[in-house]
Amino acid sequence: MATLTIKNVTKSFGVVEVLKGVTLAAEDGEFIALVGPSGCGKSTLLNMIAGLEKISSGEIYIGDRLVNSVQPKDRDIAMVFQSYALYPTMTVRENITFGMESRRVPKAEQNAAVDRVASFLQIEPLLHRKPGQLSGGQRQRVAMGRALVRDPALFLFDEPLSNLDAKLRVEMRTEIKKLHARVGKTMVYVTHDQVEAMTLASRIAVMHAGMLQQFDEPKKVYDEPANIFVAGFMGSPSMNFIEGSITSVGDGAGIEISGINNPLPIPSQKAQHLTAGQRVVVGLRPEHLGRRNFENPSSVGRLQGVVEVVEPTGAESIVVTRVGDKEIIARFEPDAAPTQGSNVELQIDMEKASLFDPKTEQRI
Amino acid sequence: MVNVALTEDPAAQVAARAYLVNRIIIYGLLAVFAIIYLLPLAVVIMNSFRPLPEIAANGLINFPRQIQFSAWSDAWSTICINGACEGMKRNFYNSLYMTIPATIISTILGAINGYILSKWRFRGSEVLFTCMVFGVFVPGQIALLPWAFLLGKLGLQNSITGLALVHIIQGLSFTTLFCRNFYISIPDDLIKAARIDGAGFWRIFRKIVLPISPPILIVTVIWQFTGIWNEFLFGVVLTSGKEQPITAALVALSAGETNVRQFDVMSAGVLIGALPPLLIYFLGGKYFVRGLTQGAVK
Repeated sequence: MATLTIKNVTKSFGVVEVLKGVTLAAEDGEFIALVGPSGCGKSTLLNMIAGLEKISSGEIYIGDRLVNSVQPKDRDIAMVFQSYALYPTMTVRENITFGMESRRVPKAEQNAAVDRVASFLQIEPLLHRKPGQLSGGQRQRVAMGRALVRDPALFLFDEPLSNLDAKLRVEMRTEIKKLHARVGKTMVYVTHDQVEAMTLASRIAVMHAGMLQQFDEPKKVYDEPANIFVAGFMGSPSMNFIEGSITSVGDGAGIEISGINNPLPIPSQKAQHLTAGQRVVVGLRPEHLGRRNFENPSSVGRLQGVVEVVEPTGAESIVVTRVGDKEIIARFEPDAAPTQGSNVELQIDMEKASLFDPKTEQRI
Repeated sequence: MVNVALTEDPAAQVAARAYLVNRIIIYGLLAVFAIIYLLPLAVVIMNSFRPLPEIAANGLINFPRQIQFSAWSDAWSTICINGACEGMKRNFYNSLYMTIPATIISTILGAINGYILSKWRFRGSEVLFTCMVFGVFVPGQIALLPWAFLLGKLGLQNSITGLALVHIIQGLSFTTLFCRNFYISIPDDLIKAARIDGAGFWRIFRKIVLPISPPILIVTVIWQFTGIWNEFLFGVVLTSGKEQPITAALVALSAGETNVRQFDVMSAGVLIGALPPLLIYFLGGKYFVRGLTQGAVK
């Protein structure tokens, strides 16, 4: 079946190196999300998997086949584009059959395939329409139909939901997840939206500045980010970063932060690799700052702050506090949220904290 | 009720009157200029229906006292040009045989060029495009002697085929520029999707790019047709006698051999020569403006 293997792939446009050696592998039936800020090279990588961009160096395999010099049409792939890329002068049916026409699939087979996909995506009433007469969500479905009808080994998605409004985006996200569950094919999904990546992917490849930063399951990427970039990119609101130094090693280990009186405690298993005096960056997720009940009180850090802004979202309240000279963002249950201007004690679950080396920015 | 209140308001009445005066001035001026612009055309049209003695008696610029149609048929089939008394029909057909193929071929080539230069870029394609656009700014006279030399070498001197070839090549700069700028607005994703769908260079062109193209193809066809039909310099230099297109023949007509100036027939001849581009403009004029301003995909 279809695995995808990318070995040390680079891409240069002239002197600009867009991809600086990316290696990753997707197992058969996996859903891989390529996520990163714009300009990180994720779309370029996807285009290279599709064969739309030449590979400067490295190797790409689909299944066991080296596809570096294989034409896009011969790679057994299908792709869904951000702009949908529906052929504007053709009807929905013609859009879906265009690929089969190109490959000279017999008419009867084409019709059967269109019927199958149209009922699967519930777009039968749209088959005779032109793309201009469809809503955004319908266009999205047709674009997926065009990909599905091919029954490819590998599906490629290039930010397929970015042009939809917020509500529809969430709906279609679920649809894509269902689709993957039903089709069971390997999928590669490019997005700049870390929520899409978290919700859809079986593994996430976080990219930045042409390099793969971390490639792991969503929970791992979220809970144990490999470096400060990944930690800051995944999660919204972003992780809080505070720089400090290690006070001592062993059971009573803590992190001393300038301008703050009480050092933050370090759980003993985290303290093993540290040395006294070492500089560290503590990464604290907002949702680990507002809790009230802790099983292990010895690993609870406390920060005294003043509430600057409260942003209720309904399900939770985002609270921006000032601790010393730092801005710390915490998540509270709406009922437990402090009021603006009040003093608040942030209780920190240090078991969940991430530690990074300030120089290398790597996780310790 | 609101309307009533407004018209009774003195300030509103003043404003309404000012608006009216404004309109009258604007339309008045427009009418004056339209008349000035249309006057020569009106004179030519009227003279084509006036008998020659009447023109001689009452002057060139005057209203017809009686109507005759013989000037049109004379101009079409019997007037003597360059010694041959076959009328202008031969030159009219010459122009058609030159303009129609040259228009079609230069438009097709321009579309293919534009498609390549916008969607299949290669190393140096931008430089190539710049060079082609440069052709837009090169005056045709510069190419006159080289063309005469080249047509001679090709054995196409004094032939409508040769003239058509000249117009195809000379027109490529414009048709390429028009089509390339139109195709640049077709999203690249469309081409990528088609490539993944297994379509090649020509299939993408025929099935995806061409069906989007009518707006710009109408523009290039109108542009090329009027341009080639009305072109005079190449026609008069590179051809002579029976092979001349109608624009060149018209000049020969005005420099006629007889002493009497046949103003009625000359007027009809001029109108015959001007008819096809006018027709094209009336039929496609609105698409011309629309095609130039509109992008490929809404």
